[in-house]
Amino acid sequence: MCVKNRKVYLLLVALLAVALVVTGCGGAASNKSAGEGGEKVVKIGLITPLTGDVKTFGESTQNAFKLALEQAGMKAGDYKIEYVIADDRNDATEAVNVATKLISQDKVNCIIGPLTSKTTIPVSELCNSQKIPMLTNTATNPKVTVDNGKRKEYAFRACFIDPFQGAVAAKFALENLKKKTAAVLYDQGNDYTIGLANVFKESFEKGGGQVVEFLAYSKDDTDFSAVLTKIAAKNPDILYLPDYYQKVSLIGKQAREKGIKAIFLGGDGWDSPKDLDFATMAGGYFTNHYSADDPRPEVKKFVEEYKAKYGSVPDALATLGYDATNLMLNAIKTANSNDPEKIKEALQNTKDFPAVSGKITIDKDGNPIKAAVILQVQPDKTYKYVATVTP
Amino acid sequence: MAQKKSATWLLLLGTVAFYALIKVLQLSGLMNDYWQRVLDQALIATIGALGLSIIYGFTGQFSLGHAAFYGLGAYSAGLLDKLYGSADNYLFLAISLLLGMLVAGLLALLVGLPILRLRSDYLGIATLGFGIIVKVGMDNSSKFFPPLGGATGMSGVPQSAGFDLIFLLTVLAIIFTRNFIFSSYGRACTAVREDEIAADVMGINTTRIKVLSFVLGCMLAGLAGGIYAHRYPFLHPSSFDFLKSFDFLLIVVLGGLGSMTGTVVTAVAWVFLLEGLRFVLGESFIDFRGVIYALILIISIILRPQGIFSGKELAALVPQSLTAWRQKDKEVTHVSS
Amino acid sequence: MEHVLDQIINGLQLGLMYALIALGYTMVYGVVKLINFAHGDVFMVGAFIGYFGFQHWGLPLPVAIVNAVVVCAILGVTIERIAYRPLRYAPKIAALISALGVSLFLEYFGSLKFVFGPNFRVVQRPFEEVRWEVFGVTITNIQVMIAVVVVLMLLALQFIVYRTKIGMAMRTVSVDHNAARLMGVNVDNTISITFAIGSAFAAVGGVLYAIAYPQIHPFMGIMPGLKAFTAAVLGGIGIIPGAVLGAIIMGQVETLTSAFLSSQLRDAIAFFILILVLLIRPSGILGKNEPDKV
Repeated sequence: MCVKNRKVYLLLVALLAVALVVTGCGGAASNKSAGEGGEKVVKIGLITPLTGDVKTFGESTQNAFKLALEQAGMKAGDYKIEYVIADDRNDATEAVNVATKLISQDKVNCIIGPLTSKTTIPVSELCNSQKIPMLTNTATNPKVTVDNGKRKEYAFRACFIDPFQGAVAAKFALENLKKKTAAVLYDQGNDYTIGLANVFKESFEKGGGQVVEFLAYSKDDTDFSAVLTKIAAKNPDILYLPDYYQKVSLIGKQAREKGIKAIFLGGDGWDSPKDLDFATMAGGYFTNHYSADDPRPEVKKFVEEYKAKYGSVPDALATLGYDATNLMLNAIKTANSNDPEKIKEALQNTKDFPAVSGKITIDKDGNPIKAAVILQVQPDKTYKYVATVTP
Repeated sequence: MAQKKSATWLLLLGTVAFYALIKVLQLSGLMNDYWQRVLDQALIATIGALGLSIIYGFTGQFSLGHAAFYGLGAYSAGLLDKLYGSADNYLFLAISLLLGMLVAGLLALLVGLPILRLRSDYLGIATLGFGIIVKVGMDNSSKFFPPLGGATGMSGVPQSAGFDLIFLLTVLAIIFTRNFIFSSYGRACTAVREDEIAADVMGINTTRIKVLSFVLGCMLAGLAGGIYAHRYPFLHPSSFDFLKSFDFLLIVVLGGLGSMTGTVVTAVAWVFLLEGLRFVLGESFIDFRGVIYALILIISIILRPQGIFSGKELAALVPQSLTAWRQKDKEVTHVSS
Repeated sequence: MEHVLDQIINGLQLGLMYALIALGYTMVYGVVKLINFAHGDVFMVGAFIGYFGFQHWGLPLPVAIVNAVVVCAILGVTIERIAYRPLRYAPKIAALISALGVSLFLEYFGSLKFVFGPNFRVVQRPFEEVRWEVFGVTITNIQVMIAVVVVLMLLALQFIVYRTKIGMAMRTVSVDHNAARLMGVNVDNTISITFAIGSAFAAVGGVLYAIAYPQIHPFMGIMPGLKAFTAAVLGGIGIIPGAVLGAIIMGQVETLTSAFLSSQLRDAIAFFILILVLLIRPSGILGKNEPDKV
């Protein structure tokens, strides 16, 4: 027993030693790079899921982030840009850990990300208390920037908030498509789809429409036949599917197979020029940030260079990641400082910034004021521009 | 008698020394907020894992629903403090942590009474099912009570738990676990784990013992959850799904079933390992984090199938009255482990 | 209660889908008494290999299936050799943790860019879906195909286990490794073959799954794997017809609660019913309730 115990102690000591060495290394490395030379440096952190089941979204974001920095020549104003990328595995606990790491160890001046609301809300809380500005590319939950009626001054976002897209879609269905009945299917574990679904239902009913079925599924479901059979029985004009492209492709296919003739309607999650099932979803409409055919130079530059660099047309996540990065760079440039306080001020005062997803002005709640477009899915793997809706 | 004193002193000394070490690291700036948070997370994991250690490690009841109780504790403690507490109200912090424990314990009692009759894998699947029920309940909680937030998560819990408090609670949890497993109840638990029928024949009320250990274990999970709610500013149902239960399970198993020391050491090491991989892999290989994590898991269980400390404890953790008896009985213990 | 029959057919399809996975699960469990958590991920690998076969390499469907079967059988045997065999005489839980590790490994490794990649891929069905109206109920050729494959698998397994020499060896090993060895059974080979067959079944299930629900990604195996495992336990784990029965009940419970009770609370109600069933039949529906041995 004694001998065994000694081994165990040794193991313990070894483990502790490793942990300490790791701590020391990490600390030392980051200190060095921060104070290098006389050059002025601004340090940007990116938090995004690079492992786990939404890795694919995280990679789009990371690609766009790097592209935007490259296009800026790794410079913003007089400041040389350094960046740190951190993986949060789409886990709330890990996101808080890495945000703490970026702030206290890497000493970043500002943070881009995280991606989902469940990781962003705690990070925005943390950034706010540590006074580091953060700008999420895709977290749509209103609580990211305003919680319990309190504005988190250091939190911003580059995307619409939940209520907006749902309301736009409802309006479009009632006024442009002139449809009166709709069914809604949403993911009960994902606040993005819940938010859109609830607001759509509310606005659609307020506008005189009727929501005949309001049903839920779970994140990992692949068989939707039970809920779709119910919807088929009610024969609605519209089927509102506010989820990401991979899920709506699957639901859309099964819906058609169940004989549902309704027009599909959705949100920006549909935007994936590569992986949406165009054959099935053709004819469906969705609310989005921009149209890739838009002749504005910002859009062309982004779409072409992204394609050249990564070999595919950017999806919604890449677009928002790109806009978020550029918004942040613009704020750094305007402030011409790496002082988090000044960057925050500049972000808050952003006006008519020419982003890919339109001219962005940040409102008092840290949300972008920008127009939404309605796109229609075409069978030839493109999206047709239908209308622009300004809030 | 002198020996008895020395063991308790050793434990006390170790605790104080560890605390002092951390304080020195904090003051010298070597320990920044980040590593502090990782350490806090490790301690929270330790408390939760100690709970599962009681249930599975010492009583042999295979539970795959531990994260559900962790989540119940987090939500109920968080809710109380969110609604009525404030940032520096430590009295309320204490009350809400207590509530978290009670809610977890009460549900464990209600669920444990019927399902602890099941054996091994069947019990595992039933507890897993309970975990999924709780997760669905959390997802839909906002329909019954809006402040819970449902699938959009709950924010606004005062972040009043600091390292000192978490450390104190961890030490208390360790002492509590130690006192429990070396009590007559604890020995009854071990008897149930080794052979339920024999234990029954020896006059142990096995149902009562199983439910008792289940409830206590789940209360520790609830406590861990309550602390989590006060250290991490956002509660989301997906943080408490069944995959989280596997985290607790592998900590308890890798540490060695029936070893508190193992559970504590592994919980801390595991959390640090996961974070440490970030630095070892660097930016370009961060993709591999999951792969390496899985490989380490496989390799360590193959190298030490019985866990790092199977059935053994640091001498300082064993009450002295038992060590003498244990020394004599060493061979017997070996056979059973 | 409209469309009850339609919903029952929906539930049947889902249940048979679970059965495809549960059969391999339960067979491996029956022989080595191990909850092979990696089974769902072998299923995922099968789906990917099948998909690459008929969509990218231009193989005809049967060849693509055989291809997936061979790859998964080899994978299954390799996993057993590396991750489970060293733990065969260790406590059962050690192998379970190792299985968990293998499961995570396959998921994360699969999602690396140079392996399968993290993307969700749309599967183009290798044949068109055909729908028939039978007594007012819609049935598709995919549903028929799944049902036929499940029946064939069930019969094949029953045949292998009860009518062949290797099956006899499996049954012997399932009772007692050491006694089996003394009787001249090559335990290692028998277990390898068990894993090969189980993984081959997972591969077939994976390819059919990819055709029925035309989308695949590296984490697709977790939920179906978990549900299939639950189904196997419900039916009485280790009992081959039990897996099919349990899977069909799971499918019905899930679909019918979703259709007639609440789509929001579906999983909760489904698992609640499962727990109730287990409380009444503690060893699963077809499981034997062995009296306590003293």
